[in-house]
Amino acid sequence: MALLEAKGLRASYGPTRVLHGIDFAIDEGSITAVLGANGAGKTTTLRALCGMVKTEGDVRFGGARIDGRLTEDIVRLGIAHVPDGRGTFVNLTTEENLRLGAYTRKDRAAVESDLARIFAYFPRLKERRRQQAGTLSGGEQQMLAVSRALMLRPKLLLLDEPSFGLAPLLVRELFEIMRTVNQRERVSILLVEQNAAMALALANRAYLIETGRVVLSGAADEIRRDDAVRRSYLGY
Amino acid sequence: MDAFIHQVLSGLATGGIYASLALALVMIYQVTRLVNFAQGEMAMFSTYIAWSLINAGMGYWPAFLLTVLFAFAVGVVIERVVIRPVENAPVLAIVVVFIALLVILNSATGWIYSYTIKTFPSPFPKEPLFGNKYMSSHELGAIGVTLVVLVLLYVFFRFTPLGLAMRAVAQNPESSRLVGIRVGWMLALGWGLAAAVGAVAGMMIAPIVYLDPNMMGGILLYAFAAALLGGIDSPGGAVIGGFAVGVLENVLGAYVIGNDLKLSVALGLIIGVLLVRPSGLFGKVNVSRV
Repeated sequence: MALLEAKGLRASYGPTRVLHGIDFAIDEGSITAVLGANGAGKTTTLRALCGMVKTEGDVRFGGARIDGRLTEDIVRLGIAHVPDGRGTFVNLTTEENLRLGAYTRKDRAAVESDLARIFAYFPRLKERRRQQAGTLSGGEQQMLAVSRALMLRPKLLLLDEPSFGLAPLLVRELFEIMRTVNQRERVSILLVEQNAAMALALANRAYLIETGRVVLSGAADEIRRDDAVRRSYLGY
Repeated sequence: MDAFIHQVLSGLATGGIYASLALALVMIYQVTRLVNFAQGEMAMFSTYIAWSLINAGMGYWPAFLLTVLFAFAVGVVIERVVIRPVENAPVLAIVVVFIALLVILNSATGWIYSYTIKTFPSPFPKEPLFGNKYMSSHELGAIGVTLVVLVLLYVFFRFTPLGLAMRAVAQNPESSRLVGIRVGWMLALGWGLAAAVGAVAGMMIAPIVYLDPNMMGGILLYAFAAALLGGIDSPGGAVIGGFAVGVLENVLGAYVIGNDLKLSVALGLIIGVLLVRPSGLFGKVNVSRV
């Protein structure tokens, strides 16, 4: 059964409709990539899943309807969202940012061990744990955002352009960590990316969105071989 | 010299009360970006509740505690019932709601308790504490109570998960939702805390200015000046601003402009700060890259 399933998902900002009925499913334990040009509706898709925009349509998580519910309630079901723009709490310390990620958890001992694990993944964050998060570099803040989401111990991780503004070396490191998290901790991932080549290399499935509609979907390998995708998004 | 020291110290005592109320203003400002003009009247109303409880025969400290809890509950209810529906309304609409709250609380209190000025008891002994000749025991006690409140708030915000969540909501509501914080309840909790702090301020100032429905008008102006001086978005600044305004008001009132014109100190400060340094002494200067 799919972990998350959306049927006829529509979303609008005021009178402007941005998503025109999107269908997709995320299998448990999989990595799903959403590709598309700027303005296609990728970020809105993620925001719609979390109840951050007005939506219509049917969204189920683990079989239960989540459309129309409050963002904080959806998060509490185990969906962590790394938002566009990173969402750093700039005046709080790095460690406080991470602890906020675990705000809804009651298992204190496990939170401490997760914090240690995060610091092992990202030693830079450990060095800067007492520093105001707003003073971190863009790359560090991106790592902080991913880490904060992981502190929730989510079942599903929504990532909005995690490679944005990162040096190529860091991008590779981050993707490696996503693979580890997916394989070792069985966290399903929905990844929105501009870097189509890397996203397709990591993902099991992919959806291509154009102007608010799914125009192509399938196994990541097939999508990568699709001529139109190759020309428009992979650039060779 | 003795008289001067006396003026400074009693300025610190009233300054502590301004600091508490300024802190209440800042707490609400941080989450709404607006100054709650009804903060003083909420405190005044709570002080009348304390007066009723004490007159009904309750001991001072039980009445004090009950009043703080009552104020907290009223703060939460006001946020849920009155503020919540206008949350996304234009600024002016919300300001009008604040002013309406001010007028309603003021006239309701006058209607229930009449406008006759009443005395309000101090919990501290009549004779000066520790045999000092500079401060009355109430002034010293008020400073003590203020400091206890400030320390409790500091510990709450700095060291508890709930306090951390409230700070998170104040700076980034959307990210707060994404970690599962119930933002609406945090706002209500902020109103409750601000109202409770205000109630303490009301009960501490009432023995000095006496109890009447208009008692907080001037106090709120001083608190507002204090909050602006410290930086309207800085809790620590509000506290320092409060003590500074208290001392300044007292010393200028005694030696320079006379007691009748004391309130103009607050107004002068407000205009001065806005002209010279709008972000206050410790406030964040908003700079954006273009």
